[in-house]
Amino acid sequence: MSRVGAAIVLAAVLAALAGPLLAPFDPASQELALRLEGPNGVHWFGLDELGRDIFARVLAGARISLLVGLVVVGVSASVGTALGSIAGYFGGRIDEAISRAIDILLAFPGLLLAIALVAVLGPSLTNVVLALSLIGWVGYARLVRGQVLRTRELEFVQAARALGATTPRILLRHVIPTTLPAVTVQATLGMGGAILAEAALSFLGLGVQPPTPSWGTMLNYGRGHLLDAPHLTIFPGLAIAILVLGFNFLGDGLRDALDPATRGRKD
Amino acid sequence: MLRYLFRRLALTIPVLLGVATLVFALIHLIPGDPAQAMLGETAAEQDVQALRERLGLDRPLLEQYGRFLQGAVRGDLGVSLRTSEPVSQAILTRLPATLELAAAAMLVAIGVAIPLGIVAAVGRGTAVDHIATTLSLTGISIPNFWLGPLLAIVFAVELGWLPVSGRGTLAHLVLPAISLGAALAAILARMTRASLLEELREPYVQAARARGASRTRAVLRHAFRNSLIPVVTLIGLQFGAVLTGAVITETIFAWPGIGRLLIQSIGFRDYPLVQGCILFIAVTYVGMNLLTDLMYGVLDPRIRYE
Repeated sequence: MSRVGAAIVLAAVLAALAGPLLAPFDPASQELALRLEGPNGVHWFGLDELGRDIFARVLAGARISLLVGLVVVGVSASVGTALGSIAGYFGGRIDEAISRAIDILLAFPGLLLAIALVAVLGPSLTNVVLALSLIGWVGYARLVRGQVLRTRELEFVQAARALGATTPRILLRHVIPTTLPAVTVQATLGMGGAILAEAALSFLGLGVQPPTPSWGTMLNYGRGHLLDAPHLTIFPGLAIAILVLGFNFLGDGLRDALDPATRGRKD
Repeated sequence: MLRYLFRRLALTIPVLLGVATLVFALIHLIPGDPAQAMLGETAAEQDVQALRERLGLDRPLLEQYGRFLQGAVRGDLGVSLRTSEPVSQAILTRLPATLELAAAAMLVAIGVAIPLGIVAAVGRGTAVDHIATTLSLTGISIPNFWLGPLLAIVFAVELGWLPVSGRGTLAHLVLPAISLGAALAAILARMTRASLLEELREPYVQAARARGASRTRAVLRHAFRNSLIPVVTLIGLQFGAVLTGAVITETIFAWPGIGRLLIQSIGFRDYPLVQGCILFIAVTYVGMNLLTDLMYGVLDPRIRYE
């Protein structure tokens, strides 16, 4: 399954990079006379309410989704790893402060805080990335903190300390590298989560604003044409589901490969 | 148990205070003047000033914070800017619809996930297991804002079996409940399978089989009951995901609950109502997590002594 996941993700990255070459039409060009036309030999996924080619827009939307996923996961994983390792390594009041912040942010279910933040900051791609990163680091921090609490007591860390290594060196060279396999798995699964969250916010009208093509925004506009043009809903949704499935397959496979407890076990 | 209860309650208070502080801060995160943002750029200065005074935004920040906390404790979350209806009343009016949807979604999820998880665990490594695992991962990957419209296209538009939106009869509940419950079903099925597999490896299951218990009896009467502990906990912890999902599902199916109220109030820049909805959902979520923890303490006494 992880190979299927890797193939899906690779295909999506290639499609996003080569989108302008693959798509026979510009995602922004309009053919109003043909608006809402269904899929055919020329327009494979049909046309939207402004007569724009949906295939070209789905390819362009892949770029937005992958970009949001990469930035959100990059920022969240970096901040979360830094704060989690500081909390776990130093303990005491620093750990208390970071852990309380984690508890408070975890008290908001899933997307709710992101919805609230985007509602007050205003809908835009930048604010979506900001909101998702502000809540995203928490999961990484909790994961890394737990791992560092165990690692800091191990002999090789104590040996480094006894040899006079500075705290930043111990953290960067000895402690944080041990957390990377778990962070990699979480980041892979997090890519799917970030893509879903961006699409959900855009679907609610709180994310990427038109005319920028985003899968969530396309689904939002498709809602008004369920009766006369269901293809507006089917293709962007399919793209989201396949890409997220790809990241979930890949994340699951990585977890099994990197976790000694499940490696080689069939469940 | 009483000590555990008090300890857990004591841990919840700072979290609730933090949640309230964050919700209070929301209105001050609005770029520029919040009152101007609520009324729009073209609003007259005296209207903006009047709103500033009405919301207490002209007072010192600490005083505003104190008033907000006092109000929240008393259940006074201010009034809606658009309808002048008290925020708490607007939320309570819509609460039954959201609870109805959340309960139906959880029933759908449990009804699908438990049998699927059992079948996958019992037939581990077989084609049935692979199908169940693929179904679970697919369920997690399909967004409810796509599944909902798809279900509407098939069952409401094409087949005409069910209504496409609104609330009233049981038929109105079917599509929103499936749409909201699908992802939860996928997560629960995976947990049921994993938990049951762990239990099936335990010696007491082998002992039951050695005493002559049939495979079905060993699974259902012995292993399954113990495997339910983490599953029940997960159901409680996933309540938050259901509440967030309800925001989207209610919007798709025009379900008159708190989620739809939240999205509508964002559209109208009715920030007191936005704050009220966010605070209510977050506090409900914290309360549900607390209940889940307490229940876990009852189900597994070891937790209380950790």
